[in-house]
Amino acid sequence: MSTPPATDQRSPIPHREPTGYTLPAYLLLGVCFGIALTKSEVLSWFRIQEMFRFQSPRMYETIASAVAVAAASVALIRRLGLTTVSGEPIAIPPKSLGSGVRYAVGGTIFGLGWALTGACPGPLFALVGNGVTVMIVAVVSALGGTWLYGLLRPRLPH
Amino acid sequence: MSGFVSAPWPWYVAGPAIGLFVPALLIVGNRLFGVSGSLRNLCSAILPSRLDYFRYDWRRAGLWNLIFVGGILVGGFLAAQWGAPQHVAISEQTRLALARMGIHDFTGLAPREVFSWSALLTLKGFVSIVLGGFLVGFGTAYAAGCTSGHAISGLADLQLPSLIAVVGFFAGGLIATHFLLPLFL
Repeated sequence: MSTPPATDQRSPIPHREPTGYTLPAYLLLGVCFGIALTKSEVLSWFRIQEMFRFQSPRMYETIASAVAVAAASVALIRRLGLTTVSGEPIAIPPKSLGSGVRYAVGGTIFGLGWALTGACPGPLFALVGNGVTVMIVAVVSALGGTWLYGLLRPRLPH
Repeated sequence: MSGFVSAPWPWYVAGPAIGLFVPALLIVGNRLFGVSGSLRNLCSAILPSRLDYFRYDWRRAGLWNLIFVGGILVGGFLAAQWGAPQHVAISEQTRLALARMGIHDFTGLAPREVFSWSALLTLKGFVSIVLGGFLVGFGTAYAAGCTSGHAISGLADLQLPSLIAVVGFFAGGLIATHFLLPLFL
């Protein structure tokens, strides 16, 4: 059995220190994202149930239009050769496919959790902010799940 | 304008607004929009571990992500202050299906009879919150991404691994919704 490639796309450590002015920008963007998750209602267990029961197009329209806007933006950034505010070239590293097992199996396991909690990771944090404080337990449990993956990683197919 | 602040956004505002976080994060600092990496960064930051997966410079690689996630929490809080108490207007069909499974409280963002401290140690609360959260953490780590990293960033960049992951997300979600939820709700 071959060992999983070391090129987990989260592993390559970017060779940049966070700079003074970008950290507040990430905070501001996070605040905006928390508001967007709430006002879009994608953080609602009810909406997730409606989506997985195919009883309203709302979630699909929301996700599809998000992907379309993101894809158009990425294409535009490439075409115009835009850089970051500090002048670095913008590059999106390709994810390594490997056998694809990690995406199929890991994705399915996450999907089970998504329907059970009614929330993916962003919404878990936004729900805590919205006062559904019991979701702190779900976040702690998610940390446990992430840690278990770290433990089992050498033995899992990737 | 006040409606925009207090009412839920229609999909054609909500979706594009979410999509814009991809270029915004790229332009601010070449960061790929994604949330689940924060779980790995948190583990690396607070759980001392000799596991290779958590041995990296989380400040350099992930401090931005932890700050972003802290912002999400604050954003959720702010949105809750402005809006009227959320009542999610789901379709009548969904409402009836959930009522048949024993959900009676349709106020709020999630049913309080499942997602509250008093329900945490009931079967439905425990499975939904503790087991569900655990699977979210394990699955996103294994798949190296969640809805934001794969379904939005990855699909927007036309990456095949992300498409496989998204098919998995929906396979798992459909299994849980149609076969698991009826067992414990």
